[in-house]
Amino acid sequence: MTMAPQSTQDTSLSGIFFGIVKRDVRLAWSQGGTGTMALSFFLIAVTLFPFGVGPEPQILARIAPGVIWVVALLACLISLDRLYQADFEDGSLDDLALSPLGLTGVAAAKILAHWVSTVLPLVVISPVLGMLMNLPDGAYGTLLISLLVGTPALSLIGSMGAALTVSVRRGGVLLSLLVLPLYVPTLIFAVGAVDATAGLVDPTQPLALLGAASLLALVIGPFVSAQALRLSLE
Amino acid sequence: MHRFANPAQFNRLADRILPWAKLVLAASLVYGIYLAFLGSPPDQYQGESVRIMYVHVPAAWMAMFCYLVVAGASFTEFVWRHPLAILAGKAAAPIGATFTALALITGALWGKPTWGTYWQWDGRMTSVLVLFFLYLGYMAIWRSMDEEDKAGRAASILALVGVINLPIIKFSVEWWNTLHQPASVFRLDGPTISADMLWPLFMMAIAFKAYFVLVFLYRMKLEINRRKLSVLRMSRVTG
Repeated sequence: MTMAPQSTQDTSLSGIFFGIVKRDVRLAWSQGGTGTMALSFFLIAVTLFPFGVGPEPQILARIAPGVIWVVALLACLISLDRLYQADFEDGSLDDLALSPLGLTGVAAAKILAHWVSTVLPLVVISPVLGMLMNLPDGAYGTLLISLLVGTPALSLIGSMGAALTVSVRRGGVLLSLLVLPLYVPTLIFAVGAVDATAGLVDPTQPLALLGAASLLALVIGPFVSAQALRLSLE
Repeated sequence: MHRFANPAQFNRLADRILPWAKLVLAASLVYGIYLAFLGSPPDQYQGESVRIMYVHVPAAWMAMFCYLVVAGASFTEFVWRHPLAILAGKAAAPIGATFTALALITGALWGKPTWGTYWQWDGRMTSVLVLFFLYLGYMAIWRSMDEEDKAGRAASILALVGVINLPIIKFSVEWWNTLHQPASVFRLDGPTISADMLWPLFMMAIAFKAYFVLVFLYRMKLEINRRKLSVLRMSRVTG
């Protein structure tokens, strides 16, 4: 074993998979990456609501779960249009398509990287926004759980839209038109769970449905994304 | 199935169906409108406003039916790369979007006198609204790409993912027991709606279906001719 950089590269399937994940996470947090952008958007957009609807604590408490979820969803959305586009434009997607992982595996790796780099920070910071929005004390746990269980569906579903619009110039608007209707069930179940807790009702059922939405998205997301990417690579 | 992949053969078939579609449309529409306005009684509770149903319910059926056509065409195009299926989806989508909009608008107009509100975020209405957005997305993706084949395949993928919304619409009134009434026509134990109202409803449903067939075939022919034209133009340019 030499210490040359090339030899440390792991060429097993999982090595390639996590290699892509690591690369994408680094890119997302480098200069001009989407990680910081989505996080700042999340913070700023949520703080607009108290100005918009007035600072009465009861009103804020009532709308807090919905606002946090909707803004998290939008923050996720604005970071999605570059998910495949940068790699498509500079040709590295063609390279990745030839890797032994196959396009489905590549898509799965990039989705995981998107979730870790862009969405997970939103989840981590969400309790702070809960405080700003006067979220009821008992609802923090469910908010965090609902975000952890539900946001993978956002990345997975969004990946399908990002893959479909990869070759479209200024595809961002089209992307939101395609993806937002598909986000509706996730949003309903997630906010249902947090609202249930805030109203002292057991949130297990909406959380289970939310998990089902994420699992379904996990089954079709990488596969459909790969099919859509193949179109543009042909 | 690939027998009809030949556009000329399809055109011949369409030309044979079209006069019948026109005939059925004219007959069922005239009779249906007569029944809906004059030949059926006003509702015991809703009064005359129940007549909105004869447009609303068939339009809602067609909204779902057109999506099934789009999804079926998308599946066919995706699996077998059938050359006409891709055009079938493109032809059916705007018709479906129009019926969906019609169902939403007539629903709002009917809701105001009977429920006291134009709109309520109940399961059925929300999922039909999402269906409308799916149609818009499908049509937008068709327009977004220069290469028609790619655009068509991308739209097909979206249509197939969106199929998940259809069972949600169908069962929304049972899962969320909210404002919109549950199914009263297609039930295992027979319709719970009076025969006086069932007849105009079915007449209008037939009329809407015939209208779909008519417009769909015209749009298919239009698409085929447009493609022929662009091929001719290309061959002229390249010599």
